Amino acid sequence: MARLEKGAAALRARSGELAWRAAPFLSVALLIAAWEGVSASGAVTAFMLPGPARVFGRVWAEAVSGDLWINVGLTLYRALAGFAIAALAGVALGFAMARNRLAHWFFDPIISAGFPMPKIAFLPIVILWLGLFDVSKIVMVSLDAVFPVVTATLVGIAGVERELLWSARNMGAKEREVLWQIVLPAALPQIMTGLQVALPIALIVAVVTEMVMGGYGLGAATMTAWRFANSAGVFAGIVEIAAVGFVVVKGMAMLRRRLLLWHPEALEPSTV
Amino acid sequence: MSSALIRYAPLGLLAIAWELIARLGLVSSSALPPLSKVVVSWFGLLQSGELVTNGVASLYRGSAGLLLAVVIGAALGIVMAWWRPVNALVSPLVEMFYPMPKSALIPVTAVWLGFGDGSKILLIFLGCMLPVTLGAFNGARASDRMLVWSARSMGASRPRMLWDVVVPSALPEMLNGIRTAIALAFILLVSSELIVARQGLGYLIGYLGADGAYAPMFAVVLTVAFLGFAADRLYMQVVRRVLAWRD
Repeated sequence: MARLEKGAAALRARSGELAWRAAPFLSVALLIAAWEGVSASGAVTAFMLPGPARVFGRVWAEAVSGDLWINVGLTLYRALAGFAIAALAGVALGFAMARNRLAHWFFDPIISAGFPMPKIAFLPIVILWLGLFDVSKIVMVSLDAVFPVVTATLVGIAGVERELLWSARNMGAKEREVLWQIVLPAALPQIMTGLQVALPIALIVAVVTEMVMGGYGLGAATMTAWRFANSAGVFAGIVEIAAVGFVVVKGMAMLRRRLLLWHPEALEPSTV
Repeated sequence: MSSALIRYAPLGLLAIAWELIARLGLVSSSALPPLSKVVVSWFGLLQSGELVTNGVASLYRGSAGLLLAVVIGAALGIVMAWWRPVNALVSPLVEMFYPMPKSALIPVTAVWLGFGDGSKILLIFLGCMLPVTLGAFNGARASDRMLVWSARSMGASRPRMLWDVVVPSALPEMLNGIRTAIALAFILLVSSELIVARQGLGYLIGYLGADGAYAPMFAVVLTVAFLGFAADRLYMQVVRRVLAWRD
């Protein structure tokens, strides 16, 4: 009898655990049901909130016609090209500032004053200088994404343990070797955190530049749908942009776990 | 004093370089109006009132949206950490929408609320809420179990405990989340005003640029940049005050 009760308790605990596991699917289902419910109830017009079927149908139609892939590709290209430039330039500048006092003196106030500025306000100036095409979009993305990378690199390098450097130098490591084999790996968790802050910024800015400048790309397509008062197109654009953001940001978190397998901070930082 | 002068000298050097490049005609003056001309047109905009009316519109939108995001976002985060069913239902949605590039919401808020203040406030509220929620959630979840237990054993009621123990211990991470939210609010505000607005600093930038009035445009761009910088510095001062009780 006691065994039976114990078994029942275990079963109850198991099914409780299962319920917690199922909760994510439940909440997404609830969200879609609420969406459908509100749009079908007629409380708001179909223009204000087209139903999920129409929105996903629109996404599907864009996928079949191939427009979706062109837009996704262009947005990704602009965001990731700008992000890559920001990552390389940011890490390089961070290292230069950490090693060279003149570079530190010159760039430190620029970085600390420029970080909190809304760089997107410079967009019309960048358009004025570089035109309406990919170059200005990519420059704008890099300009916005570079600041967190530089700051994080500086923090990372400052946190490298002195003992590691001393013992490497004692054992006869050259400066280059110290840089590549000690400083860079030791600073990597911080640098990755900086990159994880920069990546969503890169996506936001890429979408905004497309919205302002038009042409192709997810932001531009959403804006075009908005101008033609095609609200299903607007909502489809949001779904597509959200999906791209989700995949890219989660991909970056996976990359972090891969690169930092050896490090206790391999898991993504909680605020990113 | 002199150390600050040395520290910020590079910014002065940049300003001098700007003025020289423009004055020597190395680039056309429509691409880069001299800094002195930009300063003069800044005072012109101030006198004509354009800077003030548009600035007030932008600041109103930004602060209203941010206030909503902070209040509702923080409450949601703390409730999520405090009550498991809410967490189970809401956190998948937070995780789903957190990585979304928030600029995607610009057209939809315009569909819902048009060109005016409402759509910007809604945009900033929606776009800035999640960093605050996540900060409050992580902070509250990590609140010291020992403190919670001892408060409970001393007979504190649940709401009392929430307010006296959980909220203060969630504060540092939450304040961090709010800093992210402030930066995001500026980005979203300026972008949405550049794209769909008839008022505001972002609108003024776009309007002056389309008009070919580049010196005033540069003046407004620098003003917006300075406001973003000043907001961050001011906020950090406040945070230092608020967290002064921690050692």
